[in-house]
Amino acid sequence: MNRQPDPGAAPEGGMRTAQGDGGGDRERPPAIQVRDLTMAFGDFVLMRDLNFEIRQGEVFVIMGGSGCGKSTLMLHLLGLLEPRAGTIWYGDTNFTALEEEEREGILRRTGVLFQSGALWSHMTLAQNVSLALEEMTELTPEEISDVARLKLALVGLRGFEDYYPSEISGGMRKRAGLARAMALDPDVLFFDEPSAGLDPLSARRLDELILELSYSLGTTIVLVTHELESIFTVASNSIFLDTETRTQAAVGDPKFLRAHSNSDLVRTFLGRGVDPRATEAP
Amino acid sequence: MAHTLTKSHRGRLEITHADADRVSLVVGGAWSTAEGRPAGFDAAVDRVTSGGAFRRLEIVAESLDDWDTSLVSAIRNLADAAAERGAEVTLTDFPDGVTRLIALVDAVPEKSDARRGEGDITILERIGQATIFAGDAVQSTISFMGEVVIALGRIVTGRGIFRWGDLAHLMQRAGIEALGIAVLVSYLLGLILAFIGAIQFERYGASIYVADLVGIGMVRDMAALMTAIVMAGRSGAAYAAEIGSMRSTQELDALVTSGISPVEFLVVPRILAIAAMMPLLVIFADVAGILGGATVGLGMLDLSPTLYFEQTVRAVTPAHLYGGLIKGFAYGILVGVAGCLRGIQSGSSSLAVGAAATSAVVTGLVWIIAACGLFQVLQYVLGI
Repeated sequence: MNRQPDPGAAPEGGMRTAQGDGGGDRERPPAIQVRDLTMAFGDFVLMRDLNFEIRQGEVFVIMGGSGCGKSTLMLHLLGLLEPRAGTIWYGDTNFTALEEEEREGILRRTGVLFQSGALWSHMTLAQNVSLALEEMTELTPEEISDVARLKLALVGLRGFEDYYPSEISGGMRKRAGLARAMALDPDVLFFDEPSAGLDPLSARRLDELILELSYSLGTTIVLVTHELESIFTVASNSIFLDTETRTQAAVGDPKFLRAHSNSDLVRTFLGRGVDPRATEAP
Repeated sequence: MAHTLTKSHRGRLEITHADADRVSLVVGGAWSTAEGRPAGFDAAVDRVTSGGAFRRLEIVAESLDDWDTSLVSAIRNLADAAAERGAEVTLTDFPDGVTRLIALVDAVPEKSDARRGEGDITILERIGQATIFAGDAVQSTISFMGEVVIALGRIVTGRGIFRWGDLAHLMQRAGIEALGIAVLVSYLLGLILAFIGAIQFERYGASIYVADLVGIGMVRDMAALMTAIVMAGRSGAAYAAEIGSMRSTQELDALVTSGISPVEFLVVPRILAIAAMMPLLVIFADVAGILGGATVGLGMLDLSPTLYFEQTVRAVTPAHLYGGLIKGFAYGILVGVAGCLRGIQSGSSSLAVGAAATSAVVTGLVWIIAACGLFQVLQYVLGI
């Protein structure tokens, strides 16, 4: 049974109310809500008691040190892993309680850019983008071809429609993966370490693209990354996962958290190893 | 089950004005990629591409409720068509996002040499390409075999890399783990041979010769052949897939850059493992085949166990046994070489790894059958 969670319920520890004032647009309705989520593999509890909201149209970053469970959290949000406890809500639908077939309808409104691009290697770039359009819509082949060309052009790959993933560079594969993720104009786009393996210019261009998509199309963006430059460039809200305490250390705008988070770890992480409070003049 | 988003065409595109000076279009309603383009789109494209000449295309947004990239795609198509006819294009009252996305599409110009040529290939060109490809394939196969021999030489002389632990593990996989299926297939083959012989020999009251047929047939040829076929499908395909996957994940490149020859490190141990285990598997297959034949001889032809096995021992000579073992050893080398060759030659995509595994099995089978034919000729000439 789906039940709308109490929108007024504060996350455990009051972290968000204490620190989250700088993050997100409170007037926008939540696209995704996570309530008391525990992620575990067997007896090993990776993260517990995660509570946060991702509001429509915002760029939300899941951040933390290596191995803290950022990508695992994204896989939980996508239903690719089942939570040990807690719930995930898409709008007013309890995603966690849905059967696999029922989740399809929600997942169809999401797109994912995997860390390696994860393009289907036996298909051309245009075919990679077209597959979802062919299977999920009644568009004509001409319309599908037009949409695929446009999506590839949006990510700067005009003219590469007939190339196979093995014939293009890693950065281009990542952009083609983004074009595929955008095929059905999803409401929510997930990015897993989008800057990993990219040169600074390509990483910057991808950041600009993310911002442009968020601004122009109003797409909600969920980003898994620990690249500080990307975080400060694109994010309007974030969650910080702490490996030591195995729960969230802070939720809010990363620029706000860098200076004002109650957590030393968060300030030091976002200050690139330097705690801004510790360096302030007395 | 895949759900299909149905078309409802809530978007709107109308021609409001068209003369030699300008064509005006009004865009409105809700545009969604899943819903496709509105009915007016084709008419607008027809007017812009093949209607009377015009100097200016004006597209105005009016009561635009909701939109996504399908609107951007439609506008760009119309604008491109107008631009091709030399007309100026103006967009009026569009949301900022639409104009920004159009600018984004145009921000990176098409790479001039990126698009693939679409020239047709004639039948002669195809034959030529296939011939060159076949020539290259033969050359690379011979070259690979040369590399294997050189690597083996280096290992034997103590200059190459060789890890006994790896060899033992590979022998276990190619030997003990394959024993069950090799024995089962050979037992059934012995059974089948005995059935075929029984029908013919019974007519002449010579049922006892079923033991000769099965014994000589299995020990001399069939046990080695069937075991090799099983191993081609099992180990040959596995070798190609393993090495092919390592190609796709750059593990082979990592070996080379570490100064380790993939042929020494990966190929030679695999070929040695399967070549060493094949004769042992053939011995088990021989016994299983004879037992399969005995099942029919004792169960259907009422032959006594003593008589059947004595007849088998009389019929099967050491030359048959050694011949079978040598064939098994040779087939093992062929299966190992075919699997590793196709793995090393594999491309980097998942499709290529699958093709490498398939090709390893096909190549292995063809080589085994061809070698079997050669052995028959050789044994005929030598009178074995």
